[in-house]
Amino acid sequence: MTTNAAERGVRGAHRAEDSFKWGLYVAAILVVVLLVAMLLTLLTSSIPSLRHLGARFIYGTTWDPVASEFGALPFLVGTLATSFLALLISIPFSLAISIFLGEYFREGPLSSFLKSAIDLLAGIPSVIYGFWGLFVLVPLVRALEMKLGVAPYGVGVLTASLVLTIMIIPYSASLSREVIQMVPRDLKEAGLSLGATRFEVIRKVILPYARSGIFAGALLALGRAIGETMAVTMVIGNSNLLPKSIFSPANTMASVIANEFAEASESIQVASLIEVALLLFVVTTIINLIGRQIIKRVSFE
Amino acid sequence: MKKATYLVTTSLITAMMVLGSCGLSMAGGTEILGAGATFPYPLYSKMFDVYGEQYAIKINYQAIGSGGGIKQLAEKTVAFGGTDAFMTDEEIKAAGAPIVHIPTCLGAVVLAHNVPGNLEIRLTPQVVADIFLGKITKWNDPQIVAVNPGVRLPDMAIVVVHRSDGSGTTFIFSDYLGKVSAEWKQKVGVGKSLNWPVGLGAKGNPGVAGLVKQLPGSLGYVELVYALQNKMSVARIANRAGNFVLPTIESVSAAAAVTMPADTRVSITDTSAEDGYPISGFTWLIVYREQAYAGRSREDALQLVKMLSWMIDEGQQFTEPLQYSPIPKEVAALADSIVAGITYQGTPLLAK
Repeated sequence: MTTNAAERGVRGAHRAEDSFKWGLYVAAILVVVLLVAMLLTLLTSSIPSLRHLGARFIYGTTWDPVASEFGALPFLVGTLATSFLALLISIPFSLAISIFLGEYFREGPLSSFLKSAIDLLAGIPSVIYGFWGLFVLVPLVRALEMKLGVAPYGVGVLTASLVLTIMIIPYSASLSREVIQMVPRDLKEAGLSLGATRFEVIRKVILPYARSGIFAGALLALGRAIGETMAVTMVIGNSNLLPKSIFSPANTMASVIANEFAEASESIQVASLIEVALLLFVVTTIINLIGRQIIKRVSFE
Repeated sequence: MKKATYLVTTSLITAMMVLGSCGLSMAGGTEILGAGATFPYPLYSKMFDVYGEQYAIKINYQAIGSGGGIKQLAEKTVAFGGTDAFMTDEEIKAAGAPIVHIPTCLGAVVLAHNVPGNLEIRLTPQVVADIFLGKITKWNDPQIVAVNPGVRLPDMAIVVVHRSDGSGTTFIFSDYLGKVSAEWKQKVGVGKSLNWPVGLGAKGNPGVAGLVKQLPGSLGYVELVYALQNKMSVARIANRAGNFVLPTIESVSAAAAVTMPADTRVSITDTSAEDGYPISGFTWLIVYREQAYAGRSREDALQLVKMLSWMIDEGQQFTEPLQYSPIPKEVAALADSIVAGITYQGTPLLAK
C-alpha cells in the first residue's frame, strides 16, 4: 500500500516534470516561430515596394508620398546617428554610475535611493521624456545654436540624442553595476595587497574583468535607442531630408512609420513603410550580431 | 462540498454574463458603428451623445483618421465612415458600390505664427506658397512688408512648421497651395503626407502648436478649432476677391457659398466667395447608397439615415459652441436630398 503510494508519487512527479519540460519547449519554440512569422509578414507585405523601388529604397534620399518615390536613406542615417550619438554621450555617465554603485557605495541608504531612482528613470513612459525634451531641452539647445550661429531650431539630431541618452542610461548602468559587483573579491584584494590604489584596481582589475558585461549593457541600451519612437519624434524635427549636421532636423525609421502609417492610403506607400520596418528589423539584427562578436572577443578569459 | 459550491457559483456567474451581454445588445436595439476623421471627433461625440440619449441608441465612432475611415467602410466593417478629403472616383469604384457623401460641418486651416509682439500679420497666397517653398526666409522680406503697412516686422528667420503625420489638415492646406501656386503643384503636390522642401515636422495639431510656441519666428498651420481654443496668433489671408480675411467660424461658413455639385464632393479652398476664408473645407460622413449589404437589416439602415438627417438638421446647433463652422442652409438642403436618396433594396428609406 505504502510502496504503491510512493510509486504513484514518483510517477506523478515524473509526469509533472515531463509536462513542465514540454511547456518550456513549446514556449521556447513559440518565440522563435513568432520571430520568423514577423520577418515573413514584413517580407511579404513589402513585396510591392521591393519590386517598385529595388535598391533605390536604400540609397534614395527622396521620400515623396505624392510622387510615390520612397528612399529611406535619410531615416537610416537619422536612426544610426541619433542612437550612436546617444550611446557615446551615455557611456561616461553610465560607467560612472555603475562604478559608484557597484564598487564605492554598494550598500546604504544613499545607494539604495540612487538605485531606485535609476530604475524609476527606466520606467518613465517615453512620451513624458518627449514632453520634457520639448519644453526644457529645446530652449537650451536653441540657446546653444544661437551662440554657435547655426539655424536656431532647437529640435534636431542633437536634441533627440540627448533625450535618448537619458532614456538609455538606466539600461547600461544597471547591467554594468551588476557585473562590477560580481568581480571576485580575491582579485580585487590581490591588487590592493600589491600596493595598487583603489583607482588602479578599478582600472586594471575591475574594468577588464567586467568589460564584456559592460559592453552587453551598452548593446542593450543601443537597442533601446534604435527602437525608440515617441520621444524622438517629438524633438527631432521630422524632416525627411538628409541631416547636414547634428543640429539639423532629421527623422528616424521608427518615427516615420509611426507618423505616416495611420493615414497612408496608397498601397505603395503602405508597402514602403513596411519595408522601412523590415530595414529596421535587419539593422537591429546586424547590430546585435556584431555586438555579440565584440562581446565574445573582449570577454575576460 | 466546497468544490460543488465553487462549480455552481462559476456556472451561475458565466450564465449571468452570457445572459447579461445578450440583454445588453437587445435593450440597446442596434448599435451604429462608425470610424474615420479625427478633426470632427469632438463635435461628433457631442452629437452622438445627445442623439443617443434622445433615441436610446448607441453610436460608436472611432477617430482613426480619414484614410482609415474610407478603408473600414470599403471593408464593410463600419456602417459609416468620416473623412476630410472626399473619395476620388477611383476610390469609390474600388469600394464596389456607390458611396454618398454627406457634409456635416466645415473646418479651416489657419497659419499660426510666433512673431514677437503679437502682431496681426497679413499674407497673400503667393507669399504663403513662397514661405513653404523656402523662397521667402525672413519676416522682413519686401514681399511681406508690402502687404503689411504699418507693421514693424523683425529681421528674423522664418521657421516653417508642418505636420509630420499623414493628415487631412495637410491635404486641405496643400490643396490650397496647389491652386494658388503652379510651382507648388509641380514641385510638391497635393496629399496627406508631402515631401516638404523646408521646415520642421511635428505630430498632430498639438505638436505643431507646441513647436510654434517654442520657436520665435516660426509659422505653422493648424486646424482653426485648435488655434481658437489655444488663442494662437493667426494670419489674415487674402482670398481670391482680394480681401484679407481673418479665419473665424463665420468666414469659414461663408467660404462654402459657392456653386455646389449635386454630390457635394467639392474642394472650397481658394473660394470665390467674397468674405470667405480661403483655406476652408468640408468634412463628410460617407455611407453606401444601397444599404442592403453584408446582412444589414432594414432597421439598421433606417437608424443610420435617421441619424444622418438629424446631424445635418438639428445636430447643427452643436457646431458653433464647439467652434466648428455649420454648413450653410443651401448645403444642408442638398445634404437632405442626398440622405433621402439612400435606399434599402431599391426603395428610399425616408418617406418624404
